[in-house]
Amino acid sequence: MSQSSQWEPRIIAFCCNYCAYAAADLAGSKRMQYPVNVRIIHTPCTGKLEMEHILGAFEKGIDGVLVAGCLEGGCHFLEGNLRARKRTDRIRQMLDEIGVGGERLKMVNLSAAEAPTFVRRVNEIVETVRALGPSPLRESAGAQ
Amino acid sequence: MIVATPKPVTELKSLIARHEKVLFVGCGTCVTVCLAGGEREVGIASYAMRMARQIEGKPLDLTQITIERQCENEFIKDLAEPASKTDAIVSFGCGAGVQAIAERFPSKPVYAGLNTQFLGILEEQATWTEKCLGCGDCMLAEFGGICPLTRCAKRMLNGPCGGSKETQCEVAEDRPCAWQLIYTRLKNIDQLDRLDAIVPPKDWRTAWHVGARKIVREEHRV
Repeated sequence: MSQSSQWEPRIIAFCCNYCAYAAADLAGSKRMQYPVNVRIIHTPCTGKLEMEHILGAFEKGIDGVLVAGCLEGGCHFLEGNLRARKRTDRIRQMLDEIGVGGERLKMVNLSAAEAPTFVRRVNEIVETVRALGPSPLRESAGAQ
Repeated sequence: MIVATPKPVTELKSLIARHEKVLFVGCGTCVTVCLAGGEREVGIASYAMRMARQIEGKPLDLTQITIERQCENEFIKDLAEPASKTDAIVSFGCGAGVQAIAERFPSKPVYAGLNTQFLGILEEQATWTEKCLGCGDCMLAEFGGICPLTRCAKRMLNGPCGGSKETQCEVAEDRPCAWQLIYTRLKNIDQLDRLDAIVPPKDWRTAWHVGARKIVREEHRV
């Protein structure tokens, strides 16, 4: 089997405590299946995510990042998810300029009850990143 | 304060394209406050540059340091040791900071990482507006504390032009008419009589039109 066919996307999902993480938890409780490519990082709120966290993940060779927050208007901290949206938009622009590709970063909004939505969003980003191929940083750094 | 904005990633990348070891220098004063060139912003730019160069197959040996003020030699001294180990310096200070560092390290390429914009104030989170030209002969007293040279698009000194719409400037809808502001302010402080005076044309010899200015104040020299 060639190395390229062995490649599987590695994706980090930053999930906010009050909605996205709860939705992921519910998906687990309901025994819903989703790709193993995603590793979840539990965050207090997507508004607590700094640009450095996302850029740092890409620098270390991650293939994609999903930022999952509460529905707009439904943030536990009122507007943390709106701030995260602006930051992810800016980082996406930077990733395009850097050459990593802004499509590798996606932000989604969902409520704590939306386990099927969480699974669907995870599937979508895995498919998107799979189509894009490995991160150019993973290739150049020789990361495994 | 001095307000600046970051240069695009692509421009920054081309600035340092020929160097392998680069020092990124942030400034802890004005550009930290305007979220353009402080420790955090230097960190973000560093992530971007390291990744961009990694992709090109030309890894960058990057050092970051943020000093209190780039426009003072006293603080620039802290750069001597890290600068000696790098091929070039990118200053994330204002234009004064960049030039101060370039003067301190004459044999080292020094590049600007920011676009210096203006002297202004923070209106609200992440929104800055220009307030002062630094003309060298402040006329604010005559205009109720609102500078028509800076804030009127036509730099009118004797009343508004005919183009303002309601309270807004005709040049940009989100820009208030400076002369509307001056009138309201003078009325509020009961000094509308100041508008009777004819203001002569501005003497620009105190401004940058004569070239770079120098100030020496003997009473403070040692």
